[in-house]
Amino acid sequence: MTAQISPPEPSAPGPSSGPQRSRSATTRAAGLVVSLVLLALAIAASIAIGSREIALDVVWQTLFGGATGSTDSIVVLDSRLPRTAIAIVAGLALAVAGALTQAVTRNPLADPGILGVTSGAAFAVAIAVGVLGISTVQGYLWFAFGGALLATVVVYAIGSIGREGTSPVRLTLTGVALGAVLSGIVSAMLLADPEGFAAMRAWESGSLEGRGWAGFVPVLPFVAVGCVLAFVISRSLNAIALGDDLAASLGARVRVTRTLAIVAVSLLAGGATAIAGPIAFVGLMIPHVARWMVGPDQRWIVAYSIVLGPILLLAADVIGRIVLRPGELPAGIVTACIGAPVLIALVRRQRAFGL
Amino acid sequence: MSARISGAQTDAASVQTADAKARRRASSARIPIVGVIVPKRQLVVSAALALAILLLAVVALGSGDYPLSLVEVVRAVFATDGGFDTTIVLEWRLPRVLVAVVFGAALALSGAIFQSVTRNPLGSPDIIGFATGSYTGALIVLTLIGESYVSTAVGAIGGGLISAAVVYVLAYRRGIQGFRLIIVGIAVTAILHAFNTWLLLRAQVEVAMAASIWGAGSISLVGWDEALPAFALLGGLALLVIVLAGRLRQLELGDDAAKAHGMRVEPARLALLVVGVALIAVVTASSGPIAFVALAAPQIATRLTKSAGLPLVASALTGALLLLVADFVAQHVLPAAVPVGMVTVVIGGLYLIGLLIGQARKPL
Repeated sequence: MTAQISPPEPSAPGPSSGPQRSRSATTRAAGLVVSLVLLALAIAASIAIGSREIALDVVWQTLFGGATGSTDSIVVLDSRLPRTAIAIVAGLALAVAGALTQAVTRNPLADPGILGVTSGAAFAVAIAVGVLGISTVQGYLWFAFGGALLATVVVYAIGSIGREGTSPVRLTLTGVALGAVLSGIVSAMLLADPEGFAAMRAWESGSLEGRGWAGFVPVLPFVAVGCVLAFVISRSLNAIALGDDLAASLGARVRVTRTLAIVAVSLLAGGATAIAGPIAFVGLMIPHVARWMVGPDQRWIVAYSIVLGPILLLAADVIGRIVLRPGELPAGIVTACIGAPVLIALVRRQRAFGL
Repeated sequence: MSARISGAQTDAASVQTADAKARRRASSARIPIVGVIVPKRQLVVSAALALAILLLAVVALGSGDYPLSLVEVVRAVFATDGGFDTTIVLEWRLPRVLVAVVFGAALALSGAIFQSVTRNPLGSPDIIGFATGSYTGALIVLTLIGESYVSTAVGAIGGGLISAAVVYVLAYRRGIQGFRLIIVGIAVTAILHAFNTWLLLRAQVEVAMAASIWGAGSISLVGWDEALPAFALLGGLALLVIVLAGRLRQLELGDDAAKAHGMRVEPARLALLVVGVALIAVVTASSGPIAFVALAAPQIATRLTKSAGLPLVASALTGALLLLVADFVAQHVLPAAVPVGMVTVVIGGLYLIGLLIGQARKPL
């Protein structure tokens, strides 16, 4: 038995391995409008539905009629609104980060969660909170970025060793292994320090409950920068989808694009992890849905991911509030439940890695 | 003591006599033992592993809040007066050390079987999600029926077998391919993990606390009452492994070759898989999921012995040593005692990364 981990890969299909469809700009724009309507519905559901039964007209009065002071209004304003905002920002950040990783690594199974990026961020945050005693989001935000960056670079570096260049299989396995190591250490730290355990348990499971505005605002500028970067490099990523050599001959600066993509992924995944905890599978599913809707153009994929990501995370969060009433299932757990079957479907697909 | 650490000790003894024979027949590198040809290197490595297990076991027996020297440990084991030292060593520490050795060996055997059958070093039961399935089964039993060793064990075995079947069916598409098996395993693990969290959140706080410590993979709560039935079961399964070992070797040659030798491939494979699942399920029922020993031990043993196939005895010994080391680290080296499963996850994950780097560097 020779140590053969990966099956031979005759060809690594690019991110465009989904159905190749060319769509007119009108169809794409119409799709985007439909998605925006869905997003509005998801936002409304997230504000209206919760473990506390609040009549819809009370919610409406609180939001638009200035009815404040009652317990119901406080719940809506201080609990559900920030929670919805966090789901939107974390969802779009994770989805765009997933779109970028899939494009850069040409790996349809890439996802910040599966590749260990969010585990890196979570690990750094756990160090900041548990060892250094930093408790504000502003303080540990930088650790989240640093951890995400380090994990991305390490996984990418190990995935790229060898003569055939970046191997999707090795990349995925390295990410899974690194993620297991880092989250193992985090769980050990949480168990060894029960007080830190209490403070971080909800965060570690990817729950959006009870965060408030304070932890959310400082992350916004970084996520915005990450999204802008994603748009800036999307044209080059379209070229890279054809292969590095062809991309270079088309005038794309492969190295610069890769570096910028890694920076953007770190900002987006690190930021999302800092506010919402390590959430997997959003970055896996959304780019595939977007690609199915708009075809292989990276610019449209990023645009759709920004709208679709929040829909998924909001829906996951609302489902999590309903299934365990009056308790809650963390959103990260619900996304895993929805996302894992998608992963299975992807890997069973005819062309995944030429399997 | 010698009777108690039976697995390691008898192996060591047989290996040592074999080693003596080896020296007598220095001209031949392979020594027939009971009609089986065993390479000399495998024997030497196994002997060294057994010795290391014995030494570390004695050290572990002497470590703790009430430290004992080597001499005191040995005296306590053989003393018949039932003094305080004897109580500590035989009643408190010996179960844990023995459990680490036996469970480690069982996990490694299970891993070796799976890796042989899937012909993939990553096709080990912990990666493919059987351990998480066992945990789910046990959790369902714990939260619905209540705590008892037998029902937990039955739940764990059932959960392990069902999730094994699910992973296998989902990964099947014109045959099983290693990579697809692993990714499907990861996905099924994620679903099961989500389900487990849901179960734990629904459960009462006390049940949830006990279950989550168990879920991290700990052998600290296993006493004689739970250890002995598990040892008996594992011993029976080990006998089955010995019976099936020949078929495993045939399967390693490939399905076609095995068929050509007149073997019925599918029944043999199924039997091996059932034994492999049962081994890991029995361990999981007592200790919770302990990851990566099944993955790493057979691979390390293969590298140590430089053998062509997966050496079963050396794998079992490596697994025993690995779990013993991991439990020692979890108990005595880290500032706060943590479940051993967390230590094995970290060690095993690092090992897997090393394996990937090494394989990438290897010239074609």
